[in-house]
Amino acid sequence: MKNKLLLLFIFCLILKPGISYSLVEIDITRGNIDPLPISVSPFFEDEISKEKIKKNLDIDNLGLEISKVIENNLRKTGLFDTLDKGSFLQKPDIAHLKPRFEDWALIKSQVLITGKVTSKIINEKDFIRIEFKLWDVLGAKMVDGFSLTTVPTNWRRVGHKISDKVYERLTGESGYFDTRIIYVSEEGPKTQRVKKLAIMDQDGFNTKYLTLGNELVLTPRFNPTNQMVTYLSYFRNMPRVYLLNIETGKQEVVGDFPGMTFAPRFSPDGKKIIMSLAKDGNSEIWVRNLDTNIQEKLTDHPSIDTSPSYSPDGKYITFNSDRSGYQQIYIMRSDGSKVKRISFGKGIYGTPVWSPRGDLIAFTKLHKGKFFIGVMRTDGSGERLLTENFYQEAPSWSPNGRIIIFYRETKTDDKGLGFSAKLWSIDLTGYNERLVKTETDASDPSWSSLLGN
Amino acid sequence: MNLNKILKNAFFIVIFGLIVTACATKKSVKTTTETKSTTTKAEETQKADPIEKLDALMRGDVYVGSDTVGELASGVPDRVFFATNETILTTASRETLRKQAAWLRQNSDVTVVVEGHADERGTREYNLALGERRANAAKDYLMTYGVSSDRIKVLSYGKERPVDSGSNPLSWSKNRRSVTVKAN
Repeated sequence: MKNKLLLLFIFCLILKPGISYSLVEIDITRGNIDPLPISVSPFFEDEISKEKIKKNLDIDNLGLEISKVIENNLRKTGLFDTLDKGSFLQKPDIAHLKPRFEDWALIKSQVLITGKVTSKIINEKDFIRIEFKLWDVLGAKMVDGFSLTTVPTNWRRVGHKISDKVYERLTGESGYFDTRIIYVSEEGPKTQRVKKLAIMDQDGFNTKYLTLGNELVLTPRFNPTNQMVTYLSYFRNMPRVYLLNIETGKQEVVGDFPGMTFAPRFSPDGKKIIMSLAKDGNSEIWVRNLDTNIQEKLTDHPSIDTSPSYSPDGKYITFNSDRSGYQQIYIMRSDGSKVKRISFGKGIYGTPVWSPRGDLIAFTKLHKGKFFIGVMRTDGSGERLLTENFYQEAPSWSPNGRIIIFYRETKTDDKGLGFSAKLWSIDLTGYNERLVKTETDASDPSWSSLLGN
Repeated sequence: MNLNKILKNAFFIVIFGLIVTACATKKSVKTTTETKSTTTKAEETQKADPIEKLDALMRGDVYVGSDTVGELASGVPDRVFFATNETILTTASRETLRKQAAWLRQNSDVTVVVEGHADERGTREYNLALGERRANAAKDYLMTYGVSSDRIKVLSYGKERPVDSGSNPLSWSKNRRSVTVKAN
């Protein structure tokens, strides 16, 4: 019955006049949806291209690898059921030219992705050209596609860009696959953790370490408009907020106040950093304009004020304060006026982070010895707890605001052993909780915006 | 009439006594009732009962034991402990800090760093602020007892440098601390 309804729904969409390329659509506001069966055909590669690419990248079948990147991205959303390649009846090259839709319908696939990889030489340099097509199996037509040319080493990003296109086409939401995650890599015993800044692609590949582990580093956060990162470093035992360009490796202190600066975050336009300054036992929130280098104090209260985060329009700031006696979530105007408490539930609340869509604030909550990641509306109503555990915190939003990434620590045993810190992600719906694989233990994740071209 | 009053008072005294006994820790109840039993037996119960052991090492949830405690100088403990989310100095903490201050007054060339720490049961950023607050509570007390502020630096580690890696109330109590360390 449910399937029939879905079919009817699809049918209506396809018949709907005015939209030329309509396709099965997924409602991602529901968590328990039946995943959509999708086939990602290996991308076709001619023999000459195959040989050249093998020489360049040492990959035997790049077309197959790209299709796996896409498949993996789509499957992890929980919205798609990626069908086993062994069941495919049609060869990649023919499927890409014109699929025999009956063959794909037979294996219950509703959507098909095909593609082609060719190697090219431009100005005596090797390039790859990748073409992709998205097919509606039931409607028996092509609904989207593009081709792009890039250096061979960029092949995984091509897979991510195709995944983004497919996701956008099928859900109506912008994608989040061509993105990176910056985090703190952790190693060593719990009492002497060595921490380094690390960055990886959203799917866990291409990990790079940005610091050597000589000094303690914490809480890296992306600039939403470029490849800059702000973080806390204990360089020379002086905890200060730093700014790092991850492309050039250049870094500078931005929070050089007398006292400790910490909890930095960029403004949505990337031109300011808000942070806490702790001095003489009191932490206040400050903002520093990166163009003018003028800094301004925003809160004025003898309590701890920290973990500030801007609303996406830049007009408001949410933050954490214990002025009521315990940690609670507050909002204020971005000039520091009109401070208002918004969390009133049982327990204590920390790390508020404004959603990129503007309507929700993600937070960490401690109640009866358990830690929760949750969301609430910006007036504090509609609190929803997404996940519960022994210890977890530091939510960060995917750029489309559909997924929250955070870190979780395990309880140690009687001997104090068995500690681990890992990244996890969960859909805003509260479903699809997943371990995000990292080379080492990891904490303090921050999700980048979609990368440009 | 008089007798009535006396009975009434006696009644109140009994009630009061009951309340006091009820409020006292499990350990003290046992000690009062088992005073006649042999010491070996008391030792046995102490070993067998982990809660009993915990009571001896924590008052409220402030650590009062000696494990992990080092020395700033001979006979001068280097650290003080705090209750969950608190920065208030206990009587024992104030005594330790007075010893530190006395030693620092005698050794006026020494400068120190007061390191503030929190347990793992709080968010990272809040704990950085809390550690700073604890270190400053200790610094202020040292200053009250005559150590000048330019000899004391504070450094908060939040929950980044636990001394005990356990995930239990006793381990957490050892980690909620401020430690006075020689800087030169």
